Amino acid sequence: MTQLSAGEIRIALIGAAAVAAAAMLPVFDQGFYLTLSLNIVLFAALCTAWTLFSGPTHYISLATAAFFGLGTYSVALGIDVLPFPVLVAAGGAVAALLAGLVGAATLRISGVYFVIFTLGLAELIRQIVSWTQVKLGASMGLYVFTDFSEAHIYWMMLALTVAVFATGWLITRSRLGFALQIIGNDEQVARHCGIDTARLKIVLFMISGAFIGMAGAILAPRYSYVEPPAAFSPTVSFLVVIMALLGGTRRLWGPLVGVVPFTIVMEFVSARFPNDTPIVIGLAFLAIVFVLPDGVLGRLEQLRARLRRSRPASPAAVAAKEPA
Amino acid sequence: MIRRTMLVLTASVAAFTMATGFAVAQDVLKLGASAPKTGPLAGGAAVTHWPNIKLWIHEVNGRGGLKVGDKRLKVELVEYDDKTSGEEAVKNIQRLATVDKVDFIVSPYGTGLNAATAPIIARHGYPHIAATAATDSVAVFAKRWPNSFWLLGSSTQQAQGAVAALEKARKAGHIGNRVAVVHVADAFGLELIAAGKPALQKAGFEIVYEANYPLGTQDLAPIVSQAKAARPDAFVAFSYPPDTFALTEQAQIQKLEVGAFYVGVGTAFPSYIGRFKDTANGILGIGGVNMASKEMQEYRRKHREVTNAEADYWASAMTYASLQILEQAIERAGTLDRAAVIAEIKKTPAKTVLGELPLADNINHRLWTVGQWQDGVFHGVASTGLEGAREPIRKPAWK
Repeated sequence: MTQLSAGEIRIALIGAAAVAAAAMLPVFDQGFYLTLSLNIVLFAALCTAWTLFSGPTHYISLATAAFFGLGTYSVALGIDVLPFPVLVAAGGAVAALLAGLVGAATLRISGVYFVIFTLGLAELIRQIVSWTQVKLGASMGLYVFTDFSEAHIYWMMLALTVAVFATGWLITRSRLGFALQIIGNDEQVARHCGIDTARLKIVLFMISGAFIGMAGAILAPRYSYVEPPAAFSPTVSFLVVIMALLGGTRRLWGPLVGVVPFTIVMEFVSARFPNDTPIVIGLAFLAIVFVLPDGVLGRLEQLRARLRRSRPASPAAVAAKEPA
Repeated sequence: MIRRTMLVLTASVAAFTMATGFAVAQDVLKLGASAPKTGPLAGGAAVTHWPNIKLWIHEVNGRGGLKVGDKRLKVELVEYDDKTSGEEAVKNIQRLATVDKVDFIVSPYGTGLNAATAPIIARHGYPHIAATAATDSVAVFAKRWPNSFWLLGSSTQQAQGAVAALEKARKAGHIGNRVAVVHVADAFGLELIAAGKPALQKAGFEIVYEANYPLGTQDLAPIVSQAKAARPDAFVAFSYPPDTFALTEQAQIQKLEVGAFYVGVGTAFPSYIGRFKDTANGILGIGGVNMASKEMQEYRRKHREVTNAEADYWASAMTYASLQILEQAIERAGTLDRAAVIAEIKKTPAKTVLGELPLADNINHRLWTVGQWQDGVFHGVASTGLEGAREPIRKPAWK
């Protein structure tokens, strides 16, 4: 467990090279492609953080907007008082706290009940924030004026994405990850093995929520004017689920192969058909459901299996089948 | 034979493409626009924002194009949907500036989206003439982004306008001192109540009922019945379109009889009079126009002709005026240089459908704050620095 295998080292090197290449992007373009890449990296971070929890446990969480908005608000409320990195950490901490409370209350329920609860959660938090602001007589629109450029936000978001991946990888190597694998396969069996399933799920939900909160905090300077409807927009929750499921949630890098094509296709559609976007997107979803029922990841693995079948099986190929 | 025909055809097509290609490069002004076509603000943008861009381009191109130096440039529109999302809006502006390389950009729609895109529009140096942002932050925004101009005034102005209209009604004997005030609990409603309450008290009104409700509240019946129980002379709601409609409907159902009935954003929409017809008569709300003005009559007629829709009685004209401001500044500057155009906007007030609008400090101080439905037209009854205000009439009993 502690020793890195050759395969893992190779993946780490490829990953490092990809991150380095991505980090160089602002040198070449400060305009549209940087902004598009920032959106891709944002959703890569959100979807991967979402998958940290929802992947192994199979709980569909629509609470992303709640965590995200809390992160945004942490920055908006404190930007004049505290340094930015502290606020990002605070955004993560507040989101983790909320995830802990919610998890303790709801992770014993499952299936559709959990989905509905998390959907309501974002709205609940939005109303609480609005209500508090009304009671305090504070102005509801908050400014976030910083000197950050798109490139700065992009780099911070990229760093966060790397952190999400590193955390996800560490979890799979830990006792926690092993326990999660058992929970994911059969929760009954996990409980009989003596695994405290509720506690593990809460811990995981908190980690996932913290990263989403931090993403919201990092993005706050981009709005320059923060209001509850924008910060707690339910669209974010749905987009994250759609992209992550499009990619596939059985691998850590699954969401990534969903986020990248999805964002680019969406972009293409909204640029070419500005007046018919909803129709074209609807057709695209239909096509995805029919063509890629198991997500991009499922299709990739299917292709790999077919390739392997056409060649004689070798011990190396079997070894490579181990999860990355 | 066939081959030669084909050759000639191909050559002529190539020549034609090249000719038009050159024409595009020289005689076109590319105008970028990013605003909601989907999402929560799409409905408002479809009434107020998009038709005016269409109308303005139709008008300018009908004249032969914008006069820039000794050339005439036809306006070509590049438009994107921002899905009412800040991220999308920022991305669209980036695309317009760096991929489409547009010459100018129409400001986005609504306070939040204008604020979210302001830094990126400023970075690219475009003039940013916001026609649909009404907030107390305009002074802060104008100072922070010197390329930005804010036409729709502040919440404080709107609230003070509402109180001024009530004072007129009291002077005319329509109402006494008892006022019920409700507001939507979001940025807009909070700013209005924060400015409106002290203004009411200062004017000697007695607030007999005060309440707020969260954005998106469906059932406003309890609010109206409680307001009615307080027996007010006037009812004031700082509300948004869905609740503006719902409050009016409830007041009608429950027969909340007051001498002055004021509701917020949405009162000036054509759909409001479409829904309430004669019942709308005497209802006050945000907005207003001076229908005595020739320019305004002409504008509304053209709007109907070109877009097949009625302009609203508030920000529609302001959106059109924002494009006139841009147009006149470009023609006066005689260049597409953005910095020169921004300087020109500040220097000389433009002649718009709303009259002359000076923008020396980047903020427009001449606007209609309150209008009233009188015989199917939403006439301005209170303004800051604009001519042609009508006297408010007493609100007749609900039918």
